[in-house]
Amino acid sequence: MQDVLDRITKNPKFHEFVAMRNRYSMIMAIISAAAYYGFILLVAYNKEFLAQKLGAGMTTSVGVPLGVGVIVFTIILTWVYVRRANGEFDETNARIIAEAQK
Amino acid sequence: MNIKHILAAVAALAVAGGAIAAGADLGQAQKQATNWTAIAMFGIFVAGTLWITKWAASKTKSAADFYTAGGGITGFQNGLAIAGDYMSAASFLGISGLVFANGFDGLIFSIGWLVGWPVITFLMAERLRNLGKFTFADVASYRFAQTPVRIFAASASLVIVAFYMIAQMVGAGQLIKILFGMEYIYAEILVGVVMLAYVLFGGMTATTWVQIIKAVMLLGGATFMALAVLFQFGFSPEALFVKATEIHAKKDAIMGPGALIKDPISAISVGMALMFGTAGLPHILMRFFTVPNAKEARKSVAWATTWIGYFYILTFIIGFGAITNLIANPAEYYVGGEIAKGLKGGGNMAAVHLANAVGGNLFLGFISAVAFATILAVVAGLTLSGASAVSHDLYASVFAKGCSSEAELRVSKMATIALGILAIGLGIAFEKENVAYMVMLAFTIACSSNFPVLFMSVLWRNCTTKGAVVGGFVGLILAAVLTIGSASVWEAVMGNPKGSAWFPYNSAAIFSMTAAFVTIWLVSILDNSEQAKKERALYPAQQLRSETGLGAAGASGH
Repeated sequence: MQDVLDRITKNPKFHEFVAMRNRYSMIMAIISAAAYYGFILLVAYNKEFLAQKLGAGMTTSVGVPLGVGVIVFTIILTWVYVRRANGEFDETNARIIAEAQK
Repeated sequence: MNIKHILAAVAALAVAGGAIAAGADLGQAQKQATNWTAIAMFGIFVAGTLWITKWAASKTKSAADFYTAGGGITGFQNGLAIAGDYMSAASFLGISGLVFANGFDGLIFSIGWLVGWPVITFLMAERLRNLGKFTFADVASYRFAQTPVRIFAASASLVIVAFYMIAQMVGAGQLIKILFGMEYIYAEILVGVVMLAYVLFGGMTATTWVQIIKAVMLLGGATFMALAVLFQFGFSPEALFVKATEIHAKKDAIMGPGALIKDPISAISVGMALMFGTAGLPHILMRFFTVPNAKEARKSVAWATTWIGYFYILTFIIGFGAITNLIANPAEYYVGGEIAKGLKGGGNMAAVHLANAVGGNLFLGFISAVAFATILAVVAGLTLSGASAVSHDLYASVFAKGCSSEAELRVSKMATIALGILAIGLGIAFEKENVAYMVMLAFTIACSSNFPVLFMSVLWRNCTTKGAVVGGFVGLILAAVLTIGSASVWEAVMGNPKGSAWFPYNSAAIFSMTAAFVTIWLVSILDNSEQAKKERALYPAQQLRSETGLGAAGASGH
């Protein structure tokens, strides 16, 4: 077992893979934080924009689809990450482990 | 605008301002008429869940079964259970009540409670699963000196659990008065005793299934209410908003942001507490050890995020539905039939009254029972995480190293009983106290202590035991001290004169979390001890396991 671990640690592919995946998760985290803080800063600095009507004669304000949009966007972002991590990333991971066990 | 309207507006503002600092508080409540339908429905829930506990008890033999249900929960099931842990009575009744009072502000508030989930998904879920076994301290202490890190993790967990628990127990007491029309004290004993039965006999298996059942009931009930409201308006949200703005005292103002955000620093700080605090709550973190592998751990957060997000969209519709249904019928839902006197049972009863309006007395009973069951299930989860901090982190890893699984299980059951009694005692002691700030304080402490320690120990090679422990305690203490200095505690709880609070913001997170990270970094880089060198040398092995899952604790299997 120990030599398998050593071989993985020495494999540059492993470090590339980890760096790539970490970059990807950081970017996703930043996007989700940006969506939330963007919305909160609108609430703090541009209340009029959010209260604006969607169309002439309508009651629904811009803020409603935007707010619901942030929720839906968050859910979609989570699934995008999980699909990629459970598919592509796990396959690469399994390949690196299999290579080391040869 | 007459004086009544102005008073109502001021009261609503106070609710909104308090709520964002507070995490939707249930406040003091007046006892209502006894509701036998609700009591009967709740009785059925308790009977059903105790029957499940009996089944779970036959499967709970080892410490692994007790803490993690043997690691045999699927991602989908665990996602529902996590959502159940997170969708508390305060969020259901509080957020729909906030929408009822202020409209759009309720949506802003609920979005804040969702943003912690992507952070957990992207940064924590699989690493937690790969490194941990029973508690998050397994992860944080992976390459560090066990004793100090475990003592820190257990202290932070117990403090967080205690504040979260007091808020739940006091909420249960207030709710039983308005939902069932029973005395406060009954709620404390009922929640304490039934919760003890779940945790003590059924461990994590029972606690998880109670959460799943409750989550399904809550999501089902809320879906029915939202659909019933939309049905009234031919499934046109626009028509719903038109009617709501027509009938609501604030008219069109409910469609835009109101007074929820006072200053940007507070808004950002509250956002940080919610965003990173979720990833530091011990009762949420422990759920990642109940699934068999990292794949299922990721799936659980994706499902949890989906259900929680969906639930918040529902509460928004429910809040607006309450506006159109309840204001139109003051005779039935308002004190003395007068709108100016407020809703019967208080502003948090909006969703409960709406249940009556769209589904009659039977559905009212169902929703009341679900709201109360929610508290019961959350308290069970909290107790289990507190007990594992005592038995796994303190007893089995510090005081009685190398003890048997049986001995650890025995201690965890003793800790469960002690925590149950403590919960009842705290619930009674805090009956008349203002506990509005406590959930937010729990989040602030979590994001300033557990989260930075976890994050740095897993992702930063140079982190050392000293850095993690000192930084974690700095965050913990600063979060508590600054919260005491803020208006919601200094003035509202300690009774100091208005304007005397020496900490000017709603939330301490932006300062306490930053302080924790900086301290961990500083103390770690200054740490040149032999121990520190050894810990840094262990990082590659830790990284290998956290990234690949090789050597991760597997499902114990049955």
